[in-house]
Amino acid sequence: MEQTPVLEMCGISKSFPGVKALDDVSLTVRPGTVHALMGENGAGKSTLMKCAFGLYQPDEGTIKINGEEVHFDDARDAMDKGVSMIHQELHPIRTRNVMENIWVGRVPYKRVGPIHWVDEKKMYADTKALLEQLEVKLDPRTMVGELNASNCQMIEIVRAVSYGAKVIIMDEPTSSLTEVEAEQLFKIIAQLTAQGVAIIYISHKMDEILRISDEVTIMRDGKLVGTWPAKELTMQLMVSRMVGREMSNQFPQRTHTPSDEVMLEVKNLTSANPRSFVDVSFSVRRGEIFGIGGLVGAQRTELMESIFGLRPVASGEIWIKGQKAKITCAQDAIQLGMALLTEERRASGIIPMLSVMENTVLANQTAHTKQYTGGKLFLNDKQRGADAQKYVDALSIKTPDLKTQIQYLSGGNQQKVLLGRWLLVNPDLLILDEPTRGIDVGAKYEIYTLMEQMVQEGKTVIMISSEMPELMGMSDRIMVMCEGHLSGIINGAQATDEKIMMLASTYEQANV
Amino acid sequence: MLKEKKSFNLRAFLMNYALYAIMVLMIIVIAVISGGKFLSIRVLRDILTQSASRIVVAMGCMFVIVSGSADLSGGRTVGFAAVISGSLAQQATYYLKFWPSLPELPAIVPVLVSIAVGLGVGCFNGFVVSKLKVPAFLATLGTQMIVYGANCLYFNKAPNNSQPLGGYLDSFGAIGTGSVLGVPYLIIIAFAVMLAVWILQTKTCLGKEIFAVGGNPEAARVSGINVFKIQMITYAIAGACYGLAGSLEAARTGSASSTYGLSYELDAIASCIVGGCSAGGGVGTVPGVFFGVIIFNVINYGLTFIGLSSYWQFVVKGIIIIGAIAVDVRKYNKH
Repeated sequence: MEQTPVLEMCGISKSFPGVKALDDVSLTVRPGTVHALMGENGAGKSTLMKCAFGLYQPDEGTIKINGEEVHFDDARDAMDKGVSMIHQELHPIRTRNVMENIWVGRVPYKRVGPIHWVDEKKMYADTKALLEQLEVKLDPRTMVGELNASNCQMIEIVRAVSYGAKVIIMDEPTSSLTEVEAEQLFKIIAQLTAQGVAIIYISHKMDEILRISDEVTIMRDGKLVGTWPAKELTMQLMVSRMVGREMSNQFPQRTHTPSDEVMLEVKNLTSANPRSFVDVSFSVRRGEIFGIGGLVGAQRTELMESIFGLRPVASGEIWIKGQKAKITCAQDAIQLGMALLTEERRASGIIPMLSVMENTVLANQTAHTKQYTGGKLFLNDKQRGADAQKYVDALSIKTPDLKTQIQYLSGGNQQKVLLGRWLLVNPDLLILDEPTRGIDVGAKYEIYTLMEQMVQEGKTVIMISSEMPELMGMSDRIMVMCEGHLSGIINGAQATDEKIMMLASTYEQANV
Repeated sequence: MLKEKKSFNLRAFLMNYALYAIMVLMIIVIAVISGGKFLSIRVLRDILTQSASRIVVAMGCMFVIVSGSADLSGGRTVGFAAVISGSLAQQATYYLKFWPSLPELPAIVPVLVSIAVGLGVGCFNGFVVSKLKVPAFLATLGTQMIVYGANCLYFNKAPNNSQPLGGYLDSFGAIGTGSVLGVPYLIIIAFAVMLAVWILQTKTCLGKEIFAVGGNPEAARVSGINVFKIQMITYAIAGACYGLAGSLEAARTGSASSTYGLSYELDAIASCIVGGCSAGGGVGTVPGVFFGVIIFNVINYGLTFIGLSSYWQFVVKGIIIIGAIAVDVRKYNKH
């Protein structure tokens, strides 16, 4: 049964100064299906989708919607013609309510004389109808600033539907959602496809893709690798097609054994923020990978940032290498041999307009000023360049040169630069907060290998992660938190999805 | 294909060097109208001399802008510093001596005192912005008023009663009018300040940390940079620059009053932005800001030179500011 494809992209090419981002890529999406788009970072997925959404104009190739050739001037034009996109990073207008966010730019109005009055009633009714159609439980008048990431995403989806979207592009929609929220998203996707809407689903999470998609298109280095029905694919196959080589293991071989020496001991730590973590105690040994699991809102990030001196603590003690530590700012922590790769790459990681080099040496420059000045007033640029180059090579960071502004690198490469920044400090205790979020399989594996290497060298790694396979595959022990309380610590070898989920959703039962 | 590439390059070139292109164009136009007289060493020296204190103010302002903040207190701080240094640099015999019993001091003293006053104002700004967390724009607006008020109160002290200062010591006046080998001291001082700022910005840890804080304060904090300290330092350096500029203004004009320095801060901000600083912080270079200052003074001087009303300078300046930003926005919006 041949249907007219709802979206057909033929022979799309697009170049930027110095790079050919897309080279003769074709994509055919049938109505009422979920079409997954996969590839490593920098494979050209985002560029292709930006062409489909009118943000970029392709240099060559045609785009057809329902068999008719179209040309998009801009995103608004694409939306009017039936293509919508849910971006990975959402930018809702937080100070306005749900319905105004949905109808922004085309608010329904009543015309009285020359004045267009906002038709609040119609807007409310229309919004309500849309929300009910998609079974989203939201009040149209709620301020968007009060909503969580998942609900903000729902608003975007509702908005796409309100435009009468035939194709909705979703870029890493589950990257900032909890598992429960992701389930809700999948339900809505099922409803949309039942109504004939096609979804283009970009994700790095292979289990999700295998579960919800009908077809999978894989890209590599700006070229099309191929399109297959999801039924014919396995994780192994997808990975090998994405990276262009066989990849036998998701995680590196575990060869390290934690020592008995305690690296970090936290005693009854309570946050100064009454809504954050309470009375948390644990200890981490030298040469151990210590995973921290929990749902969004479990205060894992807050706990680690407090230990690192970024957030105030009300009571409790932190002991490092057997000594009581007083940490009030990041510099204290760095000097005690700690490093923290934060969760939000853009918000608290990269300095977008500075070069790869400046970004790499940033933490080192402050903590070990002497290293770059030799005790003198002026910086040793040669040394800084050499240090940065060392980690660009060691982490195989793809960048034209050290002077390139970090904002022009792909997400995975930015993450590696940040990792390099912290490795350069040569920490004894490396805290990683969602280190592999939104980066591709190849880069993930490299980061895992690096973690393994570090603990082999007798260092300690603490990893906050919301990805169960990663937590279980990498950690020696997993501490699970729930709503600011420590709900349990389990041995990595004995951990199962169910055990972690149980602990993550309840803390009263825990008794450790 | 080849043709396309060429036109692309021209476009990129114009984008990157629009400021310089405009300046060269203006100089050519003014030179043609004036029959070539504009292109002389004397004119160049005059323009640089007039720009000297503006350069110093703009350099200070650049620190604050690069660190991601704003500073509106510059102009009034220049005025206060000018009055203070003037009041300390008068001849003993001057009939309206501000401090009648003050002995004649070496010329360096009033300069250092005005730098210290500027430094104090800068530290106050830094404290209000980074400790009290008052938004920079409003904090420095408040400082601007406080400083102006303080200046007027000081200036109105008997026996001076708000009359313009004068009767400077020759040694102090020489800072503004003297020269060595035909190069005015003012130009030498301005270039020395630029060199110092350039070194500080590009060769020291402090410079790098200022860029980091301006680029992403949160990332800087996580990486162990003391953001409070950096903000204090940037405002303090800026204040010191304003103080120095105040004394230079007093010495150059041989006078001083509480209206000195009016709207210098806006000119300095405009010079920084036209000179390529990002209003959001994290970007800015000494040569860029230097040309930003010079271009405004070329306009100023050039229009008078060819006999146009100097009021035209405001119209032309305004157009250049808008044009420069319009080009800039396109430059960073690459796709």
